Amino acid sequence: MTIAISMSVNGVTHQHEVEPRLLLVHYLRDVLGLTGTHIGCETSLCGACTTMVDGQAVKSCTMLAVQADGAEVTTIEGLMKNGELHPMQEGFWERHGLQCGYCTPGMIMAASQIIDRNANPSREEIRHGLEGNLCRCTGYQHIVEAVEYAAKASSQK
Amino acid sequence: MANYVGQRLKRTEDPRLIKGLAHYVDDIRLPDTLHVAFVRSVYAHARITSIDTSEALKAPGVVAVYTGKDVAKVGPVPCASALPGLKVPDYRVLAQGKVYFVGQPIAAVVARDAYAARDALDLVMVDYDDLPAVVDVEAAAKGGPVIYEHFGDNIAYKLTAGEGDVDAALAASDHVLKQRIVHQRLAPIAMEGRGVLARYFPGEEELTVWSSTQIPHLLRTQLALMIGIPENKLRVITPEVGGGFGSKLNVYAEEALLGWISMQLAKPVKWIEGRRENIQGTIHGRGQVGYIEIGCKNDGTITGLRYNVFADLGAYLQLLTPAIPTLTGLMLSGSYKIPAIQINVTGCFTNKMSTDAYRGAGRPEATYVVERAMDLVAAELGIDPAEVRRKNFPAANEFPFHTATGLDYDSGNYEAALNKAQAILGYADLREQQKKARAEGRLLGIGVSTYVEICALGPSQAMPAGGWESATVRIEPTGKVTVLTGASPHGQGQETSFAQIAADELGVNLNDVTVIHGDTGIVQYGIGTFGSRATAVGGTAVFIAIQKLKEKANKIAAYILKADEASLSFAGGRFSRATAATTGTSEPVVPVGEAPAGALPEPETEGKSSLTIQEVALAAHIARELPPDTEPGLSATYFFEPKNFTFPFGTHLVVVEIDRETGDMKFLRYVAVDDCGKVINPMLVDGQLHGGIVQSLGQALFEEVVYDDQGQLVTGSLMDYALPRASHIPWLELDRTETPSPVNPLGVKGVGEAGTIGATPAIVGAIVDALSPLGVKHLDMPVKPETIWRILNA
Repeated sequence: MTIAISMSVNGVTHQHEVEPRLLLVHYLRDVLGLTGTHIGCETSLCGACTTMVDGQAVKSCTMLAVQADGAEVTTIEGLMKNGELHPMQEGFWERHGLQCGYCTPGMIMAASQIIDRNANPSREEIRHGLEGNLCRCTGYQHIVEAVEYAAKASSQK
Repeated sequence: MANYVGQRLKRTEDPRLIKGLAHYVDDIRLPDTLHVAFVRSVYAHARITSIDTSEALKAPGVVAVYTGKDVAKVGPVPCASALPGLKVPDYRVLAQGKVYFVGQPIAAVVARDAYAARDALDLVMVDYDDLPAVVDVEAAAKGGPVIYEHFGDNIAYKLTAGEGDVDAALAASDHVLKQRIVHQRLAPIAMEGRGVLARYFPGEEELTVWSSTQIPHLLRTQLALMIGIPENKLRVITPEVGGGFGSKLNVYAEEALLGWISMQLAKPVKWIEGRRENIQGTIHGRGQVGYIEIGCKNDGTITGLRYNVFADLGAYLQLLTPAIPTLTGLMLSGSYKIPAIQINVTGCFTNKMSTDAYRGAGRPEATYVVERAMDLVAAELGIDPAEVRRKNFPAANEFPFHTATGLDYDSGNYEAALNKAQAILGYADLREQQKKARAEGRLLGIGVSTYVEICALGPSQAMPAGGWESATVRIEPTGKVTVLTGASPHGQGQETSFAQIAADELGVNLNDVTVIHGDTGIVQYGIGTFGSRATAVGGTAVFIAIQKLKEKANKIAAYILKADEASLSFAGGRFSRATAATTGTSEPVVPVGEAPAGALPEPETEGKSSLTIQEVALAAHIARELPPDTEPGLSATYFFEPKNFTFPFGTHLVVVEIDRETGDMKFLRYVAVDDCGKVINPMLVDGQLHGGIVQSLGQALFEEVVYDDQGQLVTGSLMDYALPRASHIPWLELDRTETPSPVNPLGVKGVGEAGTIGATPAIVGAIVDALSPLGVKHLDMPVKPETIWRILNA
């Protein structure tokens, strides 16, 4: 059995017939070929698969594609605007907020929601906001600095 | 010369990663790819009485199902350690008759998509006869059920090492202190699990294996032997690798199976490890239970140390499983003068996943043993723990320093690092505050760790399969520089740091250098990235290859400039007849995107008094104006064999406070002064230290792989295996001292594992210090809130 779905991903509308059990992350990766969204735990504990669904950061490994029918989805590939890096991407680069890079797309998506909600978060608020995302390389300190950088850069724009 | 080395440069590898455009194994898409899923043992120890694959074969999308009998000709999973008397079980890629740990692969299901493969797993019927499981390592050594009957017992090997008469030393001591120490099993948990894609072309008889590994060349050699394909028909590619921490410094059954299956079906096949599989079937780290005896004089001078340790090897020997405890033995002198040291290792089989190299690999265990022992001595004698350590340091002028474990430490100034850390922390003041706090009933603790580690693994004499590293550096006709390194970075940032080295040495722009790694079809044989070796060994290979390349370029430049070879100077990327103080960098002769297509421009050489190295490269390729008997082209390859290991060191100081009511532990300060020799990129060094410290913090406070009495894995998902999160971590105050290594011309030592090695005893030491008014002298890791609460409520 398949179900017809339609969703806007990074501003482009896609229509597909999918199995109802297909996970959103597999739809993005395997059907649309957007492999920037990663899978790290399959149990919504690591946050590597974080994408924006209708403006909310969502762990796409525990959401079905059919649940996102009609939604507007943004993945890491859709974060750049007019060929320019999003301030959060810039922050991660400037402050060495990544090493192996595997958690990075999910981390950037979750972190960008932190500054969407709070333009000037404290270090404690940043750490709290990142609790749903695991990184095994950086020890988080440079990620906290990256978010601070992005918050500052965003407020100056 | 340019001066990129030493600068906090942003990484050149980052743009693809932050845009989501990088390619890890699962991001590589080949047409007609089939997907593999594994039936894994649900028992720790059992006899397989039957396997029925008939229903699975009928399932939609299933192409094939393989079991042990189908792959009998695929060679065993290799162990590269050769210790005297070592018993090596026959580790087949799919179980043959018996299973020995939960998660052991029994059958491989191949289907048209990953969902179909996973569906069919449930249709493979395996019948088992349950056998008694051996779980506890000390019990395994003593007797009871035997895992491999033909071995007679569960002891894989016994080993004794060290110098000096420990019995006499302990007998002559004023005090001898004893402590049982547990290094719990850990799961490395790289954020990207393992993954393999294999594609066989039957016409060309060529197999390509993409694998998330730290050792592409060593893997190629081993897979060729296992699968039975000529090594020169096998190409291993490591695309982007999402972390390793030692867990991908190995050769796994799945890597050989995927290659073999692709050869059977002549189609690309892919397997991506799930997290549950990852915790079951990717190597674990640590897993030692040991007993310390340390002797000292009344003034705190250490006289001798013995460590009797039971190493929990697991059911099988992976690539370096039995070698890890030997590294513990090597580092038991810590940063101290200890005249007599003995380690007695008993390596035991248990019905669990193999232990092997996890970040630090045997050295965190050694450091933890020695640092805990120093704290015990300090507590016994009532001397400040920092002062006991200081008293036993070798002085800066005593290097190279020979240890009773048989090593020669290359260089060091341990007291300088301790002094600096104490100054940053305000150590003396804090001890005063601690006295006041204790008088008020508050539980404030200060932990001290003055570690040394062994890096840059290593001289080939000490390694199972070569300890050198390779580099090829070439300047292309258009002036772009290509560096091929045998190291295989997977997050460490060597695309940037090696480019820094190359750009400085060649006097070119950083952006004109590309570093290529991890493809055996392109890169000369290499060893890989592990043991904090990539920069110290691989970076040195790059450096020396460039010196060779410049010798040739100098010869060509002298010929063209009609000058004496010895008279040319090289600066700013330019060979000059005069010793002009040239600065800046040289530019490519053919800038990208600006030159018309077609024939290369002739280098303008006529009447010049100097030539850039890129003009020389062009001349070397056009090859009409070369000195007699000179090979055209401009490239050089070097295989660097280090003469010794390197020994980074440092001091970590931790301050914690424990809430008497709730047992809640809070970090107040974390100061680390590390010395990794000369620093290529301070930002990357900080990143390595942060990551290492936090993995160490995970071991100290949260992480533990738990098997129950039946050998069932209790911590099989990230729901149960607790990892450090952003909110758990104190702000890390880093500083460094810089004592160059004499072992390599760069003076670098390595930093990948320093944090993991230095931090654990400092954190546990701080908690023990905080609880010492309650009579606590030692705590086993992980020190969970429950542990502290029980002490406070005893």
